[in-house]
Amino acid sequence: MMAYRRYLLVAALAASLLLWALPAQAIAPEQMPTPQLEARYLALIHGFRCMQCQDESLADSPVNLAADMRREVRDMLLAGKSDEQIRDFMVSRYGYFILFKPPFVLKTAWLWLTPGILLLVGVIVALTVIRKRAALAATDLEDDDLTDA
Amino acid sequence: MIPELGQFALILAMLLAGLQAFFGILGPAQKSDRWMAAVTPAVSGQFVMIATSMACLVASFVANDFSVAYVAENSNSALPLFYRVAAVWGSHSGSLILWIFLLACWSLAAAFGTSRLPKPFASRVLGVLGLISFGFLLYTLATSNPFLRLDPPWPDGQDLNPILQDPGLAGHPPILYTGYVGLAVAFAFAGAAMLEGRLDRDWARWTRPWTTAAWAFLTCGIALGSWWAYYTLGWGGFWFWDPVENASFMPWLMATALIHSLAVTEKRGLFKSWTLLLAVLAFSLSLVGTFLVRSGVLVSVHSFAASPTRGTFILAFLIVMIGGALALYAWRAPLLKSEAGFELTARESFLLFNNILLVTACATVFAGTMAPLISSALGLGKLSVGPPYFNPTFLLSVLPLLALLSVGIHSRWKRGNLGDRARGIILTLIVAAVIGCAIVFGLFTGGRVLSPIGVGLGVWIILSSLIDPIDRLRRHITIPRAVLGMTVAHIGLGLFVISITSVEAFTAESDVALAQGATTQLGAYEFRFEGVKPIEGPNYSGVGGTVIVTRHGAPVGVMHPEKREYWVQHTVTTASSIRMYRTSNILIALGQDLGGGRWSLRLQIRPLVSFIWLAAFIMAAGGMLAIADRRYRSARVEAPAVSPIGAVTRSEAG
Amino acid sequence: MNRFTIPLVAFALLVVVLAVGIRQSPDKDLIPSPLIGKPAPDFSLPSLTDPGQRVSSTQLRGHWFIFNVWGTWCYACREEHPMLLKIRQAGVIPVIGLDWKDDRGDALSFLKDEGDPYQSIAVDHDGSEAIMWGVYGAPESFLVDPQGIVVSKFIGPITEEQWRQQILPRLTMSAGAGSAAGSS
Repeated sequence: MMAYRRYLLVAALAASLLLWALPAQAIAPEQMPTPQLEARYLALIHGFRCMQCQDESLADSPVNLAADMRREVRDMLLAGKSDEQIRDFMVSRYGYFILFKPPFVLKTAWLWLTPGILLLVGVIVALTVIRKRAALAATDLEDDDLTDA
Repeated sequence: MIPELGQFALILAMLLAGLQAFFGILGPAQKSDRWMAAVTPAVSGQFVMIATSMACLVASFVANDFSVAYVAENSNSALPLFYRVAAVWGSHSGSLILWIFLLACWSLAAAFGTSRLPKPFASRVLGVLGLISFGFLLYTLATSNPFLRLDPPWPDGQDLNPILQDPGLAGHPPILYTGYVGLAVAFAFAGAAMLEGRLDRDWARWTRPWTTAAWAFLTCGIALGSWWAYYTLGWGGFWFWDPVENASFMPWLMATALIHSLAVTEKRGLFKSWTLLLAVLAFSLSLVGTFLVRSGVLVSVHSFAASPTRGTFILAFLIVMIGGALALYAWRAPLLKSEAGFELTARESFLLFNNILLVTACATVFAGTMAPLISSALGLGKLSVGPPYFNPTFLLSVLPLLALLSVGIHSRWKRGNLGDRARGIILTLIVAAVIGCAIVFGLFTGGRVLSPIGVGLGVWIILSSLIDPIDRLRRHITIPRAVLGMTVAHIGLGLFVISITSVEAFTAESDVALAQGATTQLGAYEFRFEGVKPIEGPNYSGVGGTVIVTRHGAPVGVMHPEKREYWVQHTVTTASSIRMYRTSNILIALGQDLGGGRWSLRLQIRPLVSFIWLAAFIMAAGGMLAIADRRYRSARVEAPAVSPIGAVTRSEAG
Repeated sequence: MNRFTIPLVAFALLVVVLAVGIRQSPDKDLIPSPLIGKPAPDFSLPSLTDPGQRVSSTQLRGHWFIFNVWGTWCYACREEHPMLLKIRQAGVIPVIGLDWKDDRGDALSFLKDEGDPYQSIAVDHDGSEAIMWGVYGAPESFLVDPQGIVVSKFIGPITEEQWRQQILPRLTMSAGAGSAAGSS
């Protein structure tokens, strides 16, 4: 008796978690009247993170919330809003988190600048090492014949 | 009975691992032959115990023993036998057992492989491995014991997550983990060198095959994961820069740098501290990756059931292993000096850039992966980092690397002598550029600026890699397996670059709503939707669609995308239909039932996508080929590779 | 410090970040709302109990209120329900419900069976209102001040602790300020 109840509880919890997500299928061909709008629509929904299945884009997420948000994007596009206005709309309600591309603002500058800075540092280090080693090679009179690999 | 046996075996394994660590590290320190002699038996014993434990877990799954909590959470009596076995590593605790089992396998292999090496060194290697095993076994027994019982047992299990009910589950984790865990051997070699205070060209030669083998497995494991995501998630994506994917990619980048750096250390005794650091960092990234996936600090669809307790434990383990190794490094590395020199255009120089660019790429991925964590830890708010960040920043380091490869491969050790090869370099560059532009602008329209560059770089790599082997063949000189392996691996890389560029640039996709009998067109293909009918599988039911595909009117095939609902968990998965036709992949996924027989469908044409994974396997094959080279047979470096002053002969004939 | 200690130092920094991450990890799914400190969205929606009537934000200007997003399909909302009834009983702040993408019949019978904690309930039929508030799961609740500014957001069921430590103090503070201003 105990086991059955516990099993039911777990099953109910699992089912309710699923109910909470209430999946709708992800492919909803909300086709736009012109190819330009279609391209903008696709670009936008691929650039937003689904807030419920946070690892998927709005384009790919199967949950109801994503379908609603796609509809909002579509309505805004048809109403003539610009891409930037649509992004601002979403960001003002969900924060920067909803964008897959972190914005370049003061708080995120470190992230965008890090790769370039690291690369620069790396190249400088490499050239410094090479300069030292080349000097050593210049004074080394042995003419070696080393094999490859 | 069997689960208890399994748990008991784990405890014994942990004790044996402790002994292995103790005797392995302190034996040489105490110069005790008896202690050192105890290490290999400890390794073997540990292996037997862990194999027993693993067998017990598998047996529990096969026998549908739902009194074991882990089995009840991950299996079901309706689950096919194949998946019942694969479900062993379907979730956190079981995957740890797999991890530990593979570490035991590698340790056993290392015990035999190092048997002809100096005893103190070999003991230290195994000692370090024992330390790692001990830590993982302790962690498993303390926080993630898969043998915990349910009292009373459940009547049936919760079933394996339907997304995991796929052959990919049988292949991807074991092979990936083999690679991940294999890097521990390189780590152990590094640890042993640091403990001894000595690192020479012999060391590099001993370490190379182990590292390359682990690298090859890791390459295959990542490729399998990507392939699995591609056909299982239904949307045709194969790489998302997801934190868990990055967790496996970062060790791969480090390991790639490591195998190249080892070449320099072996050849010329240079880059010793570099190589040492890379060996430590590669496995450290494996450990950090393990942490990220199981501690719950990052948002990811892949992450295992996480808890702060587990996270804290792993963090402590990281501090001991990685902190310890890096402290040893700070202490010992300053002793490693060499006086050899090389010119700007020498092979060493190119390999130095190779190291730097790969490490930069790895650091870039690391920054992006950790950014959400760093941002919220510093109170800078909630950040999200996705492909729009990773793609450009990753390419920043990698594109120069790909170009340097095609030039550097011709370069000689120490002196470079690129002038001799200048004609070859320029010729291959021109051919590659022409092919790049021709393919991109001739066969396809559109594409972006990076497309001809990508294709051109890939072609250039392949052409450049072939020049030396062809030259050797023409001169009837045998090509050593190491050179052959390197050539194959680089060709694989070139193919990889070409395939990815092609997929990113030329994929065509559309989402359409079709009624039964309706057709639509995408690219050169026509799709005719023939409706859906109910289907049933061993533990699922659903609908299967039929789509007839033709190209310019000529038949291509009939495809059957499905939507499945798994009975136990009530989850619905999309089983998309993928077919390869003349180097492209056609993907069809069922979307939504729009009523009245109409369905929404996603269609995708992806040129060359399958070549991405083929290329990865070719790379791995090249690695395995290189390991088979005869030079690794003996324990000592043979006659010096440097011939006397003045003689300019080709010293190695085979 | 020579260059060989750089990796160790870098690792130490990483450990600090990871440790903080573990501490913060239970909250990692809670996206802080950018609406905090900003005006709540204006709305005018049909009422659940009487579709002819409308529930609008203008009616609520001048009072504190809790805006609670829920649905009968939401398991955690049912868990939160007793807490909401308690808040109603306390009588110091009205709870305005937003029935999010729900079935009217289900909602009405749920309230009949379990009790109605709401002063009024607005119906969001297609989900667009929830998006205006940056809602991404249920239940979520917003504390709105008399000027219509969102003061805080609660993700998940409102807990006893949140009620005592975050909601009540603001009401008494503002009541104290109000009476101080009124008495002068």
